[in-house]
Amino acid sequence: MNLTLKIWRQNGPADRGRMVTYRVEDVSPDMSFLEMLDVLNERLILEGDDPVAFDHDCREGICGMCGMVINGVAHGEQRATTTCQLHMRHFEDGAVVTIEPWRAAPFPVVKDLVVDRSSFDRIIQAGGFISVPAGSAPDAHAIPVPKDDADAAFDAATCIGCGACVAACPNGSASLFTAAKITHLSLLPQGQPERASRAKAMVEQMDAEGFGGCTNTGECTAVCPKGIPLDTIARMNAEFLKASSK
Amino acid sequence: MATAPTLPHAAHKGGFYASSNGKKALMAVTGAVLVLFLVGHMLGNLKIFLGAGSFNHYAEWLRTVGSPALPNRTLLTIAEIVLALAVVLHMWSAVSLARRAAKARPVKYAAKRKSQAGGYATHTMRYGGVIILLFVIWHLLDLTFGVVNPKGGDATPYDRVVAGFDPSRWWVTVFYLVAMVMVGLHLRHGLWSALQTLGLAHRYAALKAGSAVIATVLVLGFVAVPIAVMIGAVK
Ligand code: HEM
Ligand code: SF4
Ligand code: FES
Repeated sequence: MNLTLKIWRQNGPADRGRMVTYRVEDVSPDMSFLEMLDVLNERLILEGDDPVAFDHDCREGICGMCGMVINGVAHGEQRATTTCQLHMRHFEDGAVVTIEPWRAAPFPVVKDLVVDRSSFDRIIQAGGFISVPAGSAPDAHAIPVPKDDADAAFDAATCIGCGACVAACPNGSASLFTAAKITHLSLLPQGQPERASRAKAMVEQMDAEGFGGCTNTGECTAVCPKGIPLDTIARMNAEFLKASSK
Repeated sequence: MATAPTLPHAAHKGGFYASSNGKKALMAVTGAVLVLFLVGHMLGNLKIFLGAGSFNHYAEWLRTVGSPALPNRTLLTIAEIVLALAVVLHMWSAVSLARRAAKARPVKYAAKRKSQAGGYATHTMRYGGVIILLFVIWHLLDLTFGVVNPKGGDATPYDRVVAGFDPSRWWVTVFYLVAMVMVGLHLRHGLWSALQTLGLAHRYAALKAGSAVIATVLVLGFVAVPIAVMIGAVK
């Protein structure tokens, strides 16, 4: 199949950037979206052009690096799928595909499609951890966890920090990500000592990074490759309100 | 993930209401106050179908309720102050969250962002809120103060309603209907959104259906009056 790509090109943080149109030919429907970009980049390199910079690492849907907005949808229109797991068979021959980086002030563009997601790291650093004495690993069965809590915590823990929720949110809010991390830890016994301070610190860091506020549009959940549910945000709100009233 | 030492975090200088979550909570609570008012207002309006006497008497009762223990208008004035405060705080949080959102996305997407969640009402909240505000101003001038009402402020409430929605002033009725649709959309999203904001949302299907039902009942209750006047059922 042959495609026309309109890709955001930006030489560096200071460059203004622009959309550039490319043709890619002989794309196999079995290729992943990133492999299709690899094909384009090989050609650009052979032609002496600058290849399109994009982030990727695992290419198996678990690292959260490969974020890009494809035809106006974070990670493309295929639900619960990262860009690296998106296959070209979902596109039509001759299609025009626009590819843009995540757009949010706290995710500045580094180059082309690569953005800096350190703001997520700082939200984690603010409270997305539990304090444990370093030493030999405790027995995995030492602290029982109710099955429902374990399941809900695990669902939240599947968040890969990709940032699609921010990219899709009309407010540029990081609520789904932050809520996933707060929920994951607040449901488990190990997360209890820092439960209140964690909720406050992470929400406040999220604001300090310049993310927008949540208006419950649900766009985040719809694009989340891990399907983190919207009620995670309700849990975060409850945790934050409880922590703030102390 | 390796653990990190507890880091000093960026606590909000302005405290709770400077945080986006605090503003959202304020929006939810003030919105809930306004919803309670709308329910009462809608039920009161329907008294018009019981005739001029019943309607005018109800309007009079609003002014005299509590007397002789309290001077006339005491409770009404308190309610008016609470409502005015609720509107101002609701708008303040709406505006500051909208500005925060605009700052969070300085560069827009080139491709039209396709809504994946498909909540139409969700995307009408901000401009819908502005339409509701304009409507409320008009509505107060028309039926409360009577300054833009053909019968003026001295007529009975019933006469003001009948004159206000006279077929010759069809555009007033149209504006009223449009505003009520905006209120319906606002509450379609706002009701369950407020519960979510306050951390109380769980069963979404039931919550969203409940919000839609309450929003629809409110809108129907409100539009019944102008439509009745327009078709001459109330005159
Ligand atoms: C009849 C009057 C009104 C009622 C009953 C009402 C009710 C509500 C409720 C219950 C919410 C949900 C709060 C939440 O999401 O936590 C809400 C949100 C909102 N309201 Fe109102 N409101 C009214 C008037 C207004 C006005 C006059 C404005 C604008 C100037 C406005 C703008 C907004 C905005 C922007 C939101 C946030 C929407 C979102 O979450 O996406 N509202 N309103
Ligand atoms: S919540 Fe979902 S969309 Fe957001 S960062 Fe985590 S995995 Fe990505
Ligand atoms: S490259 Fe790791 S999730 Fe896509």
